[in-house]
Amino acid sequence: MNIVVCVKQVPDTWAEKRLEPGDKTLDRESADGVMNELDEYAVEEGLRLKEAHGGQVTLLSMGPSKATETIRKALSMGADAAVHVLDDALQGSDALATSYALSQALRTLDFDLVICGTESTDARMAVVPAMLAEHLALPHLTYASRVEVDGGTVRTHRQAENGYEVVEGAVPAVVSVVEKINEPRYPKFKDIMAAKKKPLTTLSLADANIEADRVGLAAAASVVEDFADRPPKSAGTVVKDEGDGGAKVAEFLVAQKLI
Amino acid sequence: MSEVLVLVDQNDGTVKKTTDELLTLARRMGEPSAVWIGPGVEGAKDRLAEYGAAKVYAAADEELLAYAVAPTVAVLADLVAQASPAAVLLPSTTEGKEIAARLAVRTGSGLITDAVDVSADGVAEQHVFGGATIVHSRVTTGTPVITVRANSVTPEPAPAAAEQVPVSVQLTDADKAARVSDRVVQERSGRPELAEAAVVVSGGRGVGSAENFALIEQLADALGGAVGASRAATDAGWYPHQHQVGQTGKTVSPQLYIAVGISGAIQHRAGMQTAKTIVVIDKDAEAPLFELADFGVVGDLHTVLPQLIDAIQQRKA
Repeated sequence: MNIVVCVKQVPDTWAEKRLEPGDKTLDRESADGVMNELDEYAVEEGLRLKEAHGGQVTLLSMGPSKATETIRKALSMGADAAVHVLDDALQGSDALATSYALSQALRTLDFDLVICGTESTDARMAVVPAMLAEHLALPHLTYASRVEVDGGTVRTHRQAENGYEVVEGAVPAVVSVVEKINEPRYPKFKDIMAAKKKPLTTLSLADANIEADRVGLAAAASVVEDFADRPPKSAGTVVKDEGDGGAKVAEFLVAQKLI
Repeated sequence: MSEVLVLVDQNDGTVKKTTDELLTLARRMGEPSAVWIGPGVEGAKDRLAEYGAAKVYAAADEELLAYAVAPTVAVLADLVAQASPAAVLLPSTTEGKEIAARLAVRTGSGLITDAVDVSADGVAEQHVFGGATIVHSRVTTGTPVITVRANSVTPEPAPAAAEQVPVSVQLTDADKAARVSDRVVQERSGRPELAEAAVVVSGGRGVGSAENFALIEQLADALGGAVGASRAATDAGWYPHQHQVGQTGKTVSPQLYIAVGISGAIQHRAGMQTAKTIVVIDKDAEAPLFELADFGVVGDLHTVLPQLIDAIQQRKA
């Protein structure tokens, strides 16, 4: 079973994220890049399915050259190879353009499953897995808290607020996994060394048959008109419980007309 | 006046408040047309009329519920082609965002998710980077597809005709590629859903155990709210993962957020700091979340919460 896992490099959670005043896109240079945390679960699930069913795990990432750090990290977890969609023309791509570019790259690969994290922690739109299913006209098996492969059928538990739905489809399929599905492994030193020798292919727009006028900032289907820092919250009241803490909260809620 | 399509958010035939909010917003931009998927539209018509739906497109075929996400996309895509609406508004739920995502691709349209406001001319406001930055943006290609967070606007009734228009759709093989073979309910709490609740009470590491979450639930129930949890609490197995609030969990924006025993790592803040009013209860006076508190109590939850629950119940009585 051949599995492609999508991984993205994002600014570190603890870094202050900001928009570039010029093109109003996320400033990816000033913050340290890390692997999107939710993608670690996707890599882990890909590795577990490979261990159970055989085959190959190939990583797919789109991003600037700096994103190779994240690709090497995911390789050190145990993936076999990686494909990096790397082209300056991709800078500023919105979710529609990103999903289009990734879907074109996927058309050059041989896969039974594409596995993604549910969202990236920078833009947090949570739309790319669904968009991949749409572009590729493949089964949409997202928010999986469980993935089972049985011959040519993939069965998932789609997480819902009060339980789950059993959703299934035939391979090839697009899957996204939620955080509780597994516990991602930590690479050991020898894995990190081995990852440096694993094959990493870069694809330009032409290599992946991506039309230049459908990607990048100029192709964005929406524009940011303006942005500003949210005004800081004025300091509230903090009291020490002197045996009346609960009553004090209730008084506050009454004063705010919240109860 | 242009139509504005509103995908009805419902639960077993009961229209959710988020739908009232979407209809209220849609009225600014044009004439709202509600879109109902599945059987049961008759029971919902009055509510949709009350909040201003001039039309209700009803796609009643049971088959639409047999597959994940794509059938609703097919219905909306047909309506976009037919009615050339000024915009399509959807709830910013997990499913709402996925429907919006595929609809945007299918119709070649721009997409804005997690809007907290939309102006008459379609400029959407979003609070990004954990609420630290306010962004205004506009769709420039195709039919604007916009998902709106719950509790962003106050629903205002404005009665309209709610003329029912039956809709049927031809599903393609790709629309039927992900079959829903079962729906398993594990939890019947009767509480509102986390992402759309007006009140959220969340517990963290300081709650100490799964058993102690009973107190969090009691407070949530006294306020008619939902229960949330920090990642520390869900990782410890004290509360189900799907209740996690934070960067890798849900983002909530309720009227009132009460955090109990949550220190307030950036991971958690990213999911709740746009709440209108924030109350923090923690025995550690140094907990960073107190910086966000409109009101905070440094104290033990075992004494503060029972007293608070009593006070709320006395007031209700």
